[in-house]
Amino acid sequence: MRFGRWIAERWVLALALLVLGYLFLPIAVVAALSFNRPSNRLSYDFNEFTLDNWRNPCGPGDMCSSLLLSVQIGLLATLVATLLGTLMAFAMVRHRFRGRAATNLLIFLPMATPEVVMGSSLLALFVAAGMPLGFWTVVIAHVMFCVSFVVVTVKARLAGLDARLEEAAMDLYASEWQTFRRVTFPLVFPGILAAALLSFSLSFDDFIITNFNAGSSTVTFPMYVWGAAQRGIPPQVNVIGTAMFVIALLLVLGGSVRRRRGVAA
Amino acid sequence: MSVLSHVGAPVGGPKDTVREPVAGQRRRRLLPYLLLLPGALWLALFFAVPAVQLAATSLYDPAGSLDLGYAMTWAFGNYPDALAAYWPQFARSFAYAGIATVLAVLLGYPLAYAIAQKAGRWKNLMLVCVVAPMFTSFLLRTLAWKTILSDNGWLVGLLRDLHLLAPDGRLLATPAAVVLGLTYNFLPFMVLPLYANLERLDYRLLEAASDLYASPVRVFRRVTLPLSMPGLVAGTLLFFIPASGDYINAELLGTPNEYMIGNVIDSAFLVRLDYPQAAALSFLFMAVILAIVFVYVRRAGTDEVV
Repeated sequence: MRFGRWIAERWVLALALLVLGYLFLPIAVVAALSFNRPSNRLSYDFNEFTLDNWRNPCGPGDMCSSLLLSVQIGLLATLVATLLGTLMAFAMVRHRFRGRAATNLLIFLPMATPEVVMGSSLLALFVAAGMPLGFWTVVIAHVMFCVSFVVVTVKARLAGLDARLEEAAMDLYASEWQTFRRVTFPLVFPGILAAALLSFSLSFDDFIITNFNAGSSTVTFPMYVWGAAQRGIPPQVNVIGTAMFVIALLLVLGGSVRRRRGVAA
Repeated sequence: MSVLSHVGAPVGGPKDTVREPVAGQRRRRLLPYLLLLPGALWLALFFAVPAVQLAATSLYDPAGSLDLGYAMTWAFGNYPDALAAYWPQFARSFAYAGIATVLAVLLGYPLAYAIAQKAGRWKNLMLVCVVAPMFTSFLLRTLAWKTILSDNGWLVGLLRDLHLLAPDGRLLATPAAVVLGLTYNFLPFMVLPLYANLERLDYRLLEAASDLYASPVRVFRRVTLPLSMPGLVAGTLLFFIPASGDYINAELLGTPNEYMIGNVIDSAFLVRLDYPQAAALSFLFMAVILAIVFVYVRRAGTDEVV
């Protein structure tokens, strides 16, 4: 019996590691292809090792400008979505009010609607309203689909907060504003930061909704990759993919190490 | 607010029941609406209004065009027309997404279970590993699968050598490739809610069951699985919705024979510029998805999803 359980435990863990391997397989391929000198433009196979792509990441014409555009849109959308979403999360957790169920539905529905539907319905609106497609329509769309995720993330943090800490602050004669600034906000801040990171990565990686609302002249990084996939992918695209992966991983691991230190101290 | 205002507050919410002067009370009543206003307005304007516009567009006269403009003729006929033309893609979307969901449960459940219950001090690292692949662009990961599955890649070679694939058999440009791509791309959406649920699973319940001579299989079927149902429901929804609406996997890993409803909506809106038909397809798709969501949520509650 005990032996059986021992096997069972290792069996599940081994299967889990295999699934993680499956998740990482394409990342390994992207990293490998970043060191590849492709035999021709439309080839996706590994040909010859080179460091050229890493030495000259901005080689292909419009790639780095599309990257910059994605960062700009991502930052702007994140700023607005985080602000709007955080305010909503405070209202939802800290207040009772009429129309709560309707608001909940309004927040939930964008997360339950396929991107292709949101993208196409926004396009129908922009066309009907005669609004020219471009940078601003993309920002509007990105803020729209990020807000709900911000609300959910910040709400989770706020709901887990010990209300007695705020009561203690007020009992010690802190004003409402002081309590918010010195107690509530610092405690909720990690949730807001997580929400902002989530927003940025959602916005930065979005293709479907952007594709509907960008028009022809606003080319974000995913749209650049999409276009390049038809013409032949420059290997530098894989350099960007690998670099993004490494940077994000360092950010996350760095954050968790700092948190652990913080707990120990 | 002073200390005194807390005294004598009736039982209930910690804040909104506090006694205050009249002006403060009014401010407090208005405050939630002020906090909600900008976000709710944004969602109403750019999510709810577009949905209405989509419904309206789907009823425009199909004879119109983007240049000449469309007339609203309440052309309900657009719906049967669109469905007659594209029902295979509709059916395919749900079939592919359904199969991928089953595969994602089979792969995701053991992973989530292992992280939650077996990983010990490696828990956080494994959790990071589930999310980490998403740091690389969705499109690049799908293109990487194109490399892995390509006809002269190692995987096809291996499968041909093992006679699991005919000598001229292919992986790329088949339904299997699209389903595999869908399973891969949305797997974290299945794993994370499952993990969140299984992490709270009380291990003592499992021990109690096996102390009472239940076999491991029985423990799983009678205790673990029923307790993890809310996580499974949330994971299934979060996986199925984006998978059924996706068209990138079908485009990059499949052929027009594998096209899903997303491909049709995309090309109807952006290439063929047939707005009434595209809107009808899109609205119909949303209606089906929302119907599925509401049936699910009604049975399981929204707590795990929202």
